[in-house]
Amino acid sequence: MKQEFTISIYSENHVGLLNQVTTIFTRRHINIESLTTSESAIPGVHKFTIVVFTSRDTINKLLGQIERRIDVLKAFVFTAEEIIHQEVALYKVKTEALLNSNEIEKLVRQYGARILEVTNEYTVIEKTGHKEETQELFDKLDRFGVTQFVRSGRIAVTKLNQELLSNYLVKLDNDKSILD
Amino acid sequence: METKTQPKTQEANPMKKQRMNGSEAVIQSLLHEGVDLLFGYPGGAIMPVYDALYHYNDKLHHVLVRHEQGAIHAAQGYARVTGKVGVSFVTSGPGATNAVTGIADAMVDSTPLVVISGQVAAPLLGTDAFQETDVVGITQPITKWNYQVKRAEEIPEAIAKAFYIARTGRPGPVVLDITKDAQFGMLDFTYSKDVKIRSYKPSKPVKKDSVAEAVRLINLSKKPLALIGQGVILGGAENELKTFLEKTGIPAAWTLLGLSALPSDHPLNVGMLGMHGNYGPNVKTNESDLIIAIGMRFDDRVTGNVQKYATNAKVIHLEIDPAEINKIIFADVPVVGNVKESLPMITEMAAEKNHDEWVKEFRACDKIEDQKIIQPELYPAKEGLTMGEVVRRVTEVYNDDAILVTDVGQQQMMASRYFKFKNTRSVVTSGGLGTMGFGLPAALGAQLGQPERPVCCFVGDGGIQMTIQELGTIWQTKAPVKIILLNNNYLGMVRQWQELFFDRRYASTLLENPDFQTISKGYHIESSIVDDRSELDAAIKKMVEHDGPYLLEVKVEKEGNVFPMVPTGASVSDIRLE
Repeated sequence: MKQEFTISIYSENHVGLLNQVTTIFTRRHINIESLTTSESAIPGVHKFTIVVFTSRDTINKLLGQIERRIDVLKAFVFTAEEIIHQEVALYKVKTEALLNSNEIEKLVRQYGARILEVTNEYTVIEKTGHKEETQELFDKLDRFGVTQFVRSGRIAVTKLNQELLSNYLVKLDNDKSILD
Repeated sequence: METKTQPKTQEANPMKKQRMNGSEAVIQSLLHEGVDLLFGYPGGAIMPVYDALYHYNDKLHHVLVRHEQGAIHAAQGYARVTGKVGVSFVTSGPGATNAVTGIADAMVDSTPLVVISGQVAAPLLGTDAFQETDVVGITQPITKWNYQVKRAEEIPEAIAKAFYIARTGRPGPVVLDITKDAQFGMLDFTYSKDVKIRSYKPSKPVKKDSVAEAVRLINLSKKPLALIGQGVILGGAENELKTFLEKTGIPAAWTLLGLSALPSDHPLNVGMLGMHGNYGPNVKTNESDLIIAIGMRFDDRVTGNVQKYATNAKVIHLEIDPAEINKIIFADVPVVGNVKESLPMITEMAAEKNHDEWVKEFRACDKIEDQKIIQPELYPAKEGLTMGEVVRRVTEVYNDDAILVTDVGQQQMMASRYFKFKNTRSVVTSGGLGTMGFGLPAALGAQLGQPERPVCCFVGDGGIQMTIQELGTIWQTKAPVKIILLNNNYLGMVRQWQELFFDRRYASTLLENPDFQTISKGYHIESSIVDDRSELDAAIKKMVEHDGPYLLEVKVEKEGNVFPMVPTGASVSDIRLE
């Protein structure tokens, strides 16, 4: 049975790593629903957050292949229940539409969004939330004409108390046999 | 698993810094890694390295191949028989892309290689410069690791890392792409083999509880079957395997790449697994109650239909690469780690036993196979020469102690089935990738790696033509490779499938061949041709006694087939004897 998984990959920050990681998915014809990459809390360690729909069996095999890459430190997989995740969306509407009625302002309040910038021509609204929420706001705002819309990839933290990778790195330091 | 460490050279003290350019640093680094032989082909972007090599000709012998694919296959042959890392130089662009097939072959067959490719100067990268290709991008999925070196100072560390990664853990090919300006750039050279990579764990320590669980299953099992893969050879665990089998009395079958890990005449050796393997181990896989997979990866040519594979068995999987566990076949007990460590741990705790009755069941299968297939193939009464009888005669003449190199196809399966072995690391064949054209250059590399041992290279008339130009390299090196060309004027394995599964529609498998005798003569290689059984023994004798490379062409029957056979999609126990 296919379900949504969020994969966190920690790697060295080397040129070409994104390609190394994504080919593991493309080779099995698995579509990446969302991908975010940036430096992690640990200096020098890069973090990828990838969302895919697939089966538990496939995700375990993918994880094995990802961890096999020399420059990958560790990969973890989570179901939606195991993480807190967010995406950020930006909406551009005509300022005229904002001023014509109080509908857009109401939506902004109702959805916990905020206005980032207002100019004579356009207004930019920002909302963070799950994809369904940012999509819902888009559908409602679009009635007044959204001229640009963009949504980021997912970012996520686990519900666990400790940072998984920090533990792992400490273990690496203590257990020299892992390195040899 | 650490493949055999290369001997330390008496080079300059690594701690003492020497000023030199990047190209010389490449050569010095290779010397520090104990490299004394490499295969390659020069070109614009690697010329500075070749220029540096010129001054080290006495320490580092370079074999000039005729095509870069040959350089990689030769390095593979060398690595497989010696346990050392094979090394190749290729130039940028077409040099590197020609090497791709060999690199992919080494990746899937876990062969330790370091391939150094020249690259255009760093300022030209991405400009579609002459002979520029994205080598790192192209080779990324087919290398264990690859890296582009753009500064001379990076060279010693990158090479140390490349060798470390190539030979440790599950071995594999590494590509280092070195820009031309890095080859010219100056650096203060020091070399340290003490490589630490925090993101790379070559081998995990074996878990004691998984060993205990494996032992429990082994002690309970009535019908255990051990499957030997190349992991045994790569881990240097041949003796550990033998001790394990002899204490537990468990019969053992081998994969194509596990061949020669256990002597052919060992009483517990029950033959070859898979598509063209032996009848017994295939049929008995589905009767066995315990499969002990040792350093193998359940390739589809071994398992046939996985839904109908080992249906009555629990599975213990001893494997160094955690990604192989549960990849194809679910492991009830995974034992991750080098089999050289895990096997003795299991042997120590396992009960001393024999499974004579169970082994007899294999021997009963052998009788059926012998009567239906092996006797007619090895001692044919019909007119045409069979591939099997040629293989039998050659292995007998060498007293079952030659190195076998094969190409891909019918001759590969015949040779693997009927060649016999006393010693390990005696087979070089393209398993996972099935690369036609592999044989000839791989045989050259194997011979240069083991100059004292006879090397027999079985090739077909199709495969030899894919890398036939390496006859030139064989001649130039005078490597005394014995090439046995089994010529049936067909792409035999494809033709066999067309016969069996495509209603004899022989689409594009009939070859109009050149005169191989003339070609051999053109390359100054002694040769002869046989098409009659009465001449075979004398021809083989002449080949064996010839001092130097030799090509023996045998005109075999045109439409011979390799049996038994597990058809695609069928269960191993549905193996066909005809």
